[in-house]
Amino acid sequence: MRVLAQIAMVMNLDKCIGCHTCSVTCKQTWTNRTGVEYAWFNNVETKPGIGFPRRYEDQERWRGGWTLDRRGRLMLRSGGRVRRLLSLFSNPHLPALEDYYEPVTYDYDNLLSAPAGPDLPVARPRSVLTGRPTAITWGANWEDGLGGAPEHAGGDPNLSGEWAEKVRFEFEQTFLFHLPRLCEHCLNPACVSACPSGAMYKRAEDGIVLVDQDRCRGWRMCVTACPYKKVYVNHATGKAEKCTFCFPRIEAGQPTVCSETCVGRLRYLGLLLYDADRVGEAAATPDEQDLLDAQRGVFLDPRDPDVIAVARESGIPGDWLEAARRSPVYDLVARYRVALPLHPEYRTLPMVWYVPPLSPVLDAVGAAGGDQDDPDHVFAAVTRLRIPLEYLASLFTAGDTDVVGGVLMKLTALRSYMRAVSLGDAADEADGTALRAVGLDDAEARDLHRLLAVAKYTDRYVVPAAHKEDAAALTAVESGCPVESAGGLSGAGPSAGGRVSLGMPTLRRTSPEGHA
Amino acid sequence: MNTGTSSLAPASVGGAGLLLWVAVPYACLAVFVAGHVWRYRQDQFGWTSRTSQLLEHRWLRWGSPLFHLGTFMVIAGHVVGLAVPASWTRAVGVDEHLYHAAAVWAGSAAGAAMVAGLGMLCARRLLTRRIRLGTDRSDKVLFPLLSLTVLLGIWATAAHNVLGGGYDYRETVSVWFRGLFALSPRPEAIADAPLLFRLHALSACLLFAAWPFTRLVHVWSAPVGYLVRPYLVYRRRTPAPAAPCRTRSRSRS
Ligand code: HEM
Ligand code: SF4
Ligand code: SF4
Repeated sequence: MRVLAQIAMVMNLDKCIGCHTCSVTCKQTWTNRTGVEYAWFNNVETKPGIGFPRRYEDQERWRGGWTLDRRGRLMLRSGGRVRRLLSLFSNPHLPALEDYYEPVTYDYDNLLSAPAGPDLPVARPRSVLTGRPTAITWGANWEDGLGGAPEHAGGDPNLSGEWAEKVRFEFEQTFLFHLPRLCEHCLNPACVSACPSGAMYKRAEDGIVLVDQDRCRGWRMCVTACPYKKVYVNHATGKAEKCTFCFPRIEAGQPTVCSETCVGRLRYLGLLLYDADRVGEAAATPDEQDLLDAQRGVFLDPRDPDVIAVARESGIPGDWLEAARRSPVYDLVARYRVALPLHPEYRTLPMVWYVPPLSPVLDAVGAAGGDQDDPDHVFAAVTRLRIPLEYLASLFTAGDTDVVGGVLMKLTALRSYMRAVSLGDAADEADGTALRAVGLDDAEARDLHRLLAVAKYTDRYVVPAAHKEDAAALTAVESGCPVESAGGLSGAGPSAGGRVSLGMPTLRRTSPEGHA
Repeated sequence: MNTGTSSLAPASVGGAGLLLWVAVPYACLAVFVAGHVWRYRQDQFGWTSRTSQLLEHRWLRWGSPLFHLGTFMVIAGHVVGLAVPASWTRAVGVDEHLYHAAAVWAGSAAGAAMVAGLGMLCARRLLTRRIRLGTDRSDKVLFPLLSLTVLLGIWATAAHNVLGGGYDYRETVSVWFRGLFALSPRPEAIADAPLLFRLHALSACLLFAAWPFTRLVHVWSAPVGYLVRPYLVYRRRTPAPAAPCRTRSRSRS
């Protein structure tokens, strides 16, 4: 057993209102620079929908993640090592900019400088890449709220076959939800394994997956390998960039920017202890539908004395173990098992998990004339309404509807029980049958309810600060000598000639015609 | 310099000869070496292929593999042609005729691939606006210089060895080239070579001088180590700030 700690995230999808605040604050923090205008370390997409970049979930096309070879061993879907080196000169499976979208800015100046005239001046869009006027034809969440769904929804890779036809014509009346996505900081990161120069790595202390900007040589294989398409090429620097899990904030014991600013307060951050020795074995689990359990099996119980002993031995500090015991992520993922990973079948063992949304089912119950508050109606719907269920299963459980259904039933039982409790019935009077059927008792129900519904900032984000004694070394590793760059913030990432501390491009686009 | 005699005595080249075939090559070589050391230590962040596939992939799809594969063959050809004395190839049983035929055939294929590929790469740099705007100063030196060197090389070969009667550069240019590295310069060896060969050699010298300051540095980072390293890379923060302030070219610039 080799115990490592990972800072992980859970999102409760029922609460996401699709406001994109997380994406915008993330962008302002990390990607408001030349070269990554098109990149969204955090994006929110409408589901069902095509996703960002377009159809990124179609691994037949993009070759992300892992598969098993004929002998059952893990293999990157984009091919073996030799194959990868042979495709260095032109990567056949790299999304083009068109698969993301053409970034634009606007002729803001025209609003001020246009001569007086009968018409209101307008700010026309211009491509940031060419400086030319352009029509905006795609974006990071173009079909927001199912806009254009009849045209585009069939493009969702999770909808296949005849099922797609059916859903395409029905789902507009049935369901829609938002899916915020960031790098999963996987336990078995395909991006790291595909990086020919070994520039990408997983931090042993907190599991954050980073690109060493000084060692990246621009081979762009990580982009293909990541099945979630969460590594981006900075086209100005020619290097890969990705979500950093806001590691400077995490090290200071603060939540990531997307979590901090989430309007729906639906994000949870906490530690998970895992056994690094079992990662490979779990990722190679033969049946895709067993991957969820296999991954849960890699997580260690932070209250188990054996685990604590080994963890202490391997240098995980006491306050981190304490934080692991208070981790809301552990509770949602392993204790109550209501959180599920996104696309476990990619075999990267992702570490951003989701409480699946109940709303598609409730909507369906309502549409069918049922009572959304009656657990029997909802239970019946969960077992009968194939469309939302199968769709959710294809996202979160490699198609296993029983597991998603189980989670939804748990949420339903919890909902009705707590409704009865808070509407005044004494707890023992509230009907606990449904609750017991999903394996919860009164205390657990109240605890889970507190976690899902009323948890405060400090309960949602349990982030232990990196250790002071490590901090100096940390800064030195990430950005060079803290003394040499005295006065300046020695932040993350690259430093060119000892001057620049953030990933600033060496290339400054001379703004064509004054725009860009 | 065109007036040199067939005698190989050093005295037979004038000042211009010494400048062009001794001073310039050594200066370029010095810049090549010092430039790489400097850049590697100072600019790890800029050390990249500066991929532009994201912005344009249709030309690159064919252009880049053609160019690179052609280049590898051409480089191999140069190694054999320049670094290996004719006596060595004869010693292993490759006579002049066989060598010539192989050089012409393989060289033509390689040259054609390289020229076609480079043509495509240049075309996209010029014609695709996104790429053109992303072309920086080093590219503006690199692409013309690289194209010039390649074209001169192809032209020299075509004019003298494919269409012409055949010119044995292995007795002249190669001797000069090896002399540079043996530290006993033989400027007179190249001074009489046909103009195209001399121009090709000179532009190659300039290309080597420019090399460390362009994206060509990516060549030295060819990721062969990838074949043997473990798939999963963990990094640990160093336990104690052992010597965070010493300049380490690896982790800081
Ligand atoms: C040693 C193995 C080499 C590897 C693995 C390699 C790989 C690459 C890669 C990945 C690119 C970026 C393509 C893109 O996405 O835009 C590139 C570009 C380039 N390489 Fe290489 N290369 C190698 C050797 C060479 C050599 C020997 C030369 C010439 C002397 C060369 C000249 C170039 C040039 C000029 C470009 C720029 C292409 C463009 O953007 O128009 N490379 N190389
Ligand atoms: S989600 Fe993140 S850690 Fe996982 S493969 Fe993609 S970039 Fe790597
Ligand atoms: S800020 Fe929160 S509620 Fe808003 S889109 Fe992001 S995850 Fe959803």
